[in-house]
Parts: sequence; C-alpha cells; structure tokens
Amino acid sequence: MREIALHMADIAENSLAAGAARIKLSVMIDRAADRLITAVEDNGRGMDADTLYRCTDPFMTTRTARRVGLGIALFKLSAEQSGGSFTIRSEQGRGTRAEAAYIISGIDRAPLGSIADTMAALIAANPETDFTLEYAADGKAFAFATDTTPYNDRTPAFAAAAKKEIQQRIDEINGGAEPI
Amino acid sequence: MRSIQELEAIRESTLENMTLRKEHNGTRIVVGMATCGIAAGARGVLTAFMEELAERKLIHVALTQMGCIGMCHLEPIVEVHQPGHETVTYVKVTPDMARRIVREHIEGGSPIEEYTLSHYRAK
Ligand SMILES: Nc1ncnc2c1ncn2[C@@H]1O[C@H](COP(=O)(O)OP(=O)(O)OP(=O)(O)O)[C@@H](O)[C@H]1O
Ligand SMILES: [Mg+2]
Repeated sequence: MREIALHMADIAENSLAAGAARIKLSVMIDRAADRLITAVEDNGRGMDADTLYRCTDPFMTTRTARRVGLGIALFKLSAEQSGGSFTIRSEQGRGTRAEAAYIISGIDRAPLGSIADTMAALIAANPETDFTLEYAADGKAFAFATDTTPYNDRTPAFAAAAKKEIQQRIDEINGGAEPI
Repeated sequence: MRSIQELEAIRESTLENMTLRKEHNGTRIVVGMATCGIAAGARGVLTAFMEELAERKLIHVALTQMGCIGMCHLEPIVEVHQPGHETVTYVKVTPDMARRIVREHIEGGSPIEEYTLSHYRAK
C-alpha cells in the first residue's frame, strides 16, 4: 500500500464485513512530537479472544475466497516500519478499534495520502453506514460526520461534496505546513 | 445567511433525490475493496464512479463495495448488476475505464466487452 489512508480504507472494509453501522476514522498529527496516530473504530460484531490474538497473522482469515488475510498484518507492518507501534482491541458484540502510531520522520514511513479520498469512497459505497472523521493537527481539529444526512440524500453527489469539504478543512488546518 | 430562493432550490433538489432514490432502478455497481483490490487501485476506481454518477445525476444507480472474490490478480474488479441482465464482471479496472463504463454501459446500455472477465479469459 502506497498510502496510510489506503490502509485505513482497507481496515474499514473489515468493519463493514463485521456489520458495523458506525465507523470512525481518526488522524492525529503532532509534528512537534514527531508522531502520527491513525485509527479505525467500529461498532461491528467484534472478535473473540482467539481471532483477536491471531488477526495480525497474515495466514489467518475467516474469508473463504482466499486463504490469507493481509489487511491487519499490513497496517501493523506499516506502523512498525516507521519505528511506531500497532494496537488492536475488540470486544464481541461491541466493536473493534485498530490503531497505528507512526514516527513521522521514520525513513520507511509511507505518506499519509488522501484521507478525503478514503472517506469519500467509503461514504459513496455505503449509504447505510454512518462515517465520522476526527482530524487533528498540531492543536487544531475538526470532525466530519454523515449522521445527520438522511439515507435518501446519501447520493454520489453527496459523497463528492463530502470529499471537497473534508479536503478543504484538512488544508485549512494544516495551513502551509508540508503534507506528511 | 441563505436566501429563501436558495433554500427552496435545496429543498426541491432534495425532494427530487428522494423520489429518484426510492425509484431505484435496480442497477448496482459493486467495486472490490478488500486488501487486494485497494492495493491495485480500487479506491480511485470507486471515486471515479462516484464523480461520474454525480456529474451525470444518475442517482437511481446504487454504488457499493465488496470484499475479495478470490481473483486478486485481476483486481480492481467491478461487477455491474442489472435486473433482467446477466452480471457483467470487469477486471483490472482503472478510473478512466470506470468513467467509460458509466457512459457506455450504465447510461448507454451496452457493456464494454473488451474490459470483461470473459474477454480476459478468452485471450
Ligand atoms: N473490525 C473487525 N471486526 C471483526 N472482525 C475483524 C475485524 N477486523 C478483522 N477481523 C477478523 O480478522 C481477520 C483478518 O483480517 P484481515 O483484514 O487481516 O484479513 P481479511 O479481511 O480476512 O482479508 P484481506 O484484508 O486480506 O482482504 C478477518 O478475516 C476477520 O475475521
Ligand atoms: Mg481485511
């Protein structure tokens, strides 16, 4: 995966597969501390202790179409390659939260990439799921949520408008700072 | 503050969307968004469908995503489901191909044979 935002789209696919009605993506940039924390959280069916223990293993999947599951293993690896860390918590019947923490200056860190594209793709393809983005950078923050938009208005045009709005707010918050 | 006319315009377009969405014509575009699909470029394909459908106001068409269907090397994979028609499976789809699929298959009614799985297999 060339972007951290692509990993997030992939981790959100697990949430959708787990029947989540609400999915939250978060991005926290702290340039002074040289840290970037990204997380995907859902209220899907969660995992039992054994599945949770084994889910970071690339040879573990509950899929039937293919015998390996790569999503979580790759997200974890992307964080670790930057010198950061990965944690995943899950509770059956309640949901799952996967968090990847990166060292911004880590030489093998992938670029964050387009969070607006990831959000737009998820919003466009899943009109019955509520998505939230919490985005913070160096003390400034904003949130975007689809919750108040009724199903009938969750059209491709709505998703395209969401993409623009999210990108605008990300640009505002980061000011002229170099993208990470 | 928005003018009354603006609010009225928003209300009207919303009502229009609502009726159209209820009258969903059954066409579904499904993009493979598992790890294999995303690594091959599925996110850009999905947003290309989103933009083309939005521009052409094709709000009666449903756009959705699916997991891995076991043909990772042919991702990004896109299925087009239409009532009364056989499902068309497109393979190795790019954003440009997605826009053409909207224009020629969804709007124009003719699937693009050269992009399909059956065409790929026959090669
Ligand atoms: N959010 C989640 N909720 C419930 N179960 C999950 C969640 N995320 C992962 N899992 C479980 O962990 C397994 C491994 O996930 P992972 O993303 O690594 O692989 P995969 O989704 O099976 O395949 P791939 O991501 O390669 O398409 C899944 O098959 C599923 O059983
Ligand atoms: Mg996965």
